[in-house]
Amino acid sequence: MIAHQLSIFAENKPGKLAAVTSVLAKAKVSIRATTIATTDTFGVINLIVDDPTAAQAALTKAGMMVKLRPVLAILIDDKPGGLDRLTQLLFKEGVNVNNAYGFVLESREKAVFVVDVDQMEKAEKLVEKNGFRTLDTDALSTIEPFHYMKY
Amino acid sequence: MYWEKELETMNREQLATLQLERLQETTRRAVQSYYYGKAFTDAGLHPKDIRTLDDIRRIPFTTKDDLRENWPYGFLAVSKDELIRMHSSSGTTGRATVIFHTKKDVDAWTNLVARSMYMAGLRKSDVFQNMMTYGLFTGGLGFHYGAERVGALTIPAGAGNSKRQIQLMRDFDTTAIHIIPSYALHLYTVFEELGLKPQKDTKVRMAFIGAEPHSEKMRKRIEEFYGFRAFNSYGLSEMNGPGVAFECPEQNGMHIWEDNFIVEIIDPVTLQPVPDGREGELVMTTLLREGMPVLRYRTKDLTRILPGECPCGRTHRRIERITGRTDDMMILKGVNIFPIQIEKKLMEIPGVGRNFVILLEREGFNDLMHIKVEVEREFFNGELRHLEALRRRIVEELKSDILITPKVDLVEPDSLPKTEGKAVRVIDNREK
Ligand SMILES: [Zn+2]
Repeated sequence: MIAHQLSIFAENKPGKLAAVTSVLAKAKVSIRATTIATTDTFGVINLIVDDPTAAQAALTKAGMMVKLRPVLAILIDDKPGGLDRLTQLLFKEGVNVNNAYGFVLESREKAVFVVDVDQMEKAEKLVEKNGFRTLDTDALSTIEPFHYMKY
Repeated sequence: MYWEKELETMNREQLATLQLERLQETTRRAVQSYYYGKAFTDAGLHPKDIRTLDDIRRIPFTTKDDLRENWPYGFLAVSKDELIRMHSSSGTTGRATVIFHTKKDVDAWTNLVARSMYMAGLRKSDVFQNMMTYGLFTGGLGFHYGAERVGALTIPAGAGNSKRQIQLMRDFDTTAIHIIPSYALHLYTVFEELGLKPQKDTKVRMAFIGAEPHSEKMRKRIEEFYGFRAFNSYGLSEMNGPGVAFECPEQNGMHIWEDNFIVEIIDPVTLQPVPDGREGELVMTTLLREGMPVLRYRTKDLTRILPGECPCGRTHRRIERITGRTDDMMILKGVNIFPIQIEKKLMEIPGVGRNFVILLEREGFNDLMHIKVEVEREFFNGELRHLEALRRRIVEELKSDILITPKVDLVEPDSLPKTEGKAVRVIDNREK
């Protein structure tokens, strides 16, 4: 399944990230994960949110340049070797990873690893065939991250 | 086809004879003024010394500083009672210059604008919306009078207020507009915001663009966005204003009306004439002005005469679009650069948006050029490396063109300050 990541163009100036989060807060959009890629003078803020379409509309209305990018959100075990099994698989099959980041779902249980790859369909089939679960946008929006209450 | 066939297609020999007659008459009138009276005396020159067209070179040049220093009446060749109009150039540096017109002057000017607009294709049946500042600026009233002379229904919309402009265009079926190029690009974004398409939702079929130097690429963009033909024009208040030189339907160079002006192109350093085809500074002499004749005026505009005849049949020579000004020239590390060069290059690169700004900065003893470039919204695909590739391409292309390596920043579309008038392209932050 394919999920969507919001990519926002950001000039490197103070307050840009704050402006983004403020727009999303007003639009009642929850942020699951964030990464920022930058050069000297500009960057791209990548977000996984519960409602990407609403987020894109709100940010565009605020004058920002936003793109929804298809990504794979892959469920992995939150334990040593969990991520390695996935990356080795992608490497072995020659899938190029443009960007990747993760967030923990349940501590020491499950984590989500988000990958932006060059051959989306191939990678999707590949990981699913090898027993990984991928989450789509709906699945991502219903999960409750940072679930620290479990004993 | 022609507004004044005989004058527009007159053979070069006859045109030269007409020019000489008018030049002699003009010098006789000019020396009535305080300034030229003195200038001719100082140069030991008399109007009857002008026997051939080449003798014009014996007359000293007139500069904007001369006009300023003899402000306001030093150039008047008639009594003040004869004047019916004044215009003034935008005085961004120092005191503005003033130009006075008699009734005959306004009439001759109006005729030239009408001739120019008719040449581009404006007709009596057109509805002409003039989106220029009225007032002291010549672009407003100049075009207004010209369009009325042609007989078009003229809407004096004035500058700015984009939504009202669009409303007027739609309410009165405007077919022709007069607009500043950078404002045309801005207005297009307003069309987009309103969910309108100029091609579909208006009847505009032609535009006169001018008052601001722009590249061919920029014209093409405007034509593409709006789906009409945009005609370039050139003018300056010292030579009336609009109607000095104008594109014909060939859209290849602007016919400069040589029955009204003598045109010289000179090397701005040696002040010697350059041959047709070579770039230099445009120098102009009025041939019909009564109130305030101006001789050998250094426009500081750089252009060249396009050699060869125009297929349209007009014999008046064509100048190329203005490629820069001798005074907005940026000198960086000893290299002369014109903003228009940068604009031209930028507009050729896919992914570059509508606006940019050039900042000149000094770090220690080093001059730096810093260019902020808007990214086209459609270009952004969410990837940083895609943007970085664009940034590098801009740096490389500019480097090979202007020979210095600029620092380039990409910024969001529509984030740079835009004015509803002339675009501010260069900000010089270096200590003077
Ligand atoms: Zn022509």
